[in-house]
Amino acid sequence: MTAHAPADVHEHAPAHEPEHTPEHGHAHHRNYVKIWAVLVVLLVVSVTGPMFGIRVVTLAAAFGVALVKAYMVAKNFMHLDVEKPIVHWILLVALALMVLLYGALAPDVQRSAGTGWKKDAGFHHSFTTSKPRESGRHGEKSGASQPGAPGTSEHDKP
Amino acid sequence: MSVKTIATQRASMNIPTGRLGVWWVLVSEIVIFGGVLVSYIMHRLGHVEWAEQAAYTNMWAGAFNTLVLLSSSLSAVLAHQAAERGDGPKAAKLLYLTILGGGIFLTVKTFEWGHEIAEGFTLQSGGFWSYYYTAAGLHAFHVMAGMAVMAWVASSARKNQELHRVENVGIYWHFVDIVWIFLFPLLYIAK
Repeated sequence: MTAHAPADVHEHAPAHEPEHTPEHGHAHHRNYVKIWAVLVVLLVVSVTGPMFGIRVVTLAAAFGVALVKAYMVAKNFMHLDVEKPIVHWILLVALALMVLLYGALAPDVQRSAGTGWKKDAGFHHSFTTSKPRESGRHGEKSGASQPGAPGTSEHDKP
Repeated sequence: MSVKTIATQRASMNIPTGRLGVWWVLVSEIVIFGGVLVSYIMHRLGHVEWAEQAAYTNMWAGAFNTLVLLSSSLSAVLAHQAAERGDGPKAAKLLYLTILGGGIFLTVKTFEWGHEIAEGFTLQSGGFWSYYYTAAGLHAFHVMAGMAVMAWVASSARKNQELHRVENVGIYWHFVDIVWIFLFPLLYIAK
């Protein structure tokens, strides 16, 4: 008998214990081929969307279908529907952080102009005043922050 | 005589340690890919002209690769099913089939990128192409990592050993599939 025999009990344990829980076992009654077929049909829908030439239809077909496909894979292939609550929580926190990242940055990143700066067509920043970083003036209170407002365009020239 | 102790179950959460570890990895992956995708969406909404650059990406190549990854996810979950039934050799075969899917995906990507680079679209050709190569490249790296780990898991599953790992590597592979499900419309359809 080798010294590592007790460890083998763990390492070579049958699939159903202890790493497989009963609820995961029940998940295997699903018809995975049928789920895959639905996913393929959804893929066809997302590809045919652009053929109508209507932007809204294209985007709805592409991103709407993507959300449905991701949900189906997570639920049926990753078995998230029968996973432990702790997994749901940690995933939700990660997704919430992602949304927070967007929500916190988008108002700035997606603006075309601000106090003392604006973006050109190439999305490069250029300062519209010789003092772009005056303390206490960061924000939107100044009327000069708006595109076309007095005092913004003259300073663009190098 | 030494005994190697392995904690296989988190008592407080009633979840196998290995599976919980995979989920924690995926949480960090959500932050990584989430950051890339969110910043891409923000810049894409601010760059109307990126649509012209996106028009050069090949939607059919992207669609074919989506089909390949969806099919590889099917074989991965069928491998899990086989492992659950204690059929290690069948699980290993299905894992090798999944690896083949990853190989086809990377081959298509290689030809696709080769064509685009030959056309002059490189990482430095503009904001869109920078994101395109970064996001798709990062994803391709994850596909390669998944294939390597899957080969290792399959080698032990073939001998009916460590069958619980089949599920764990499958969960990772499905996540890589989900990332591509979002990359496909972002990079190939929204033009």
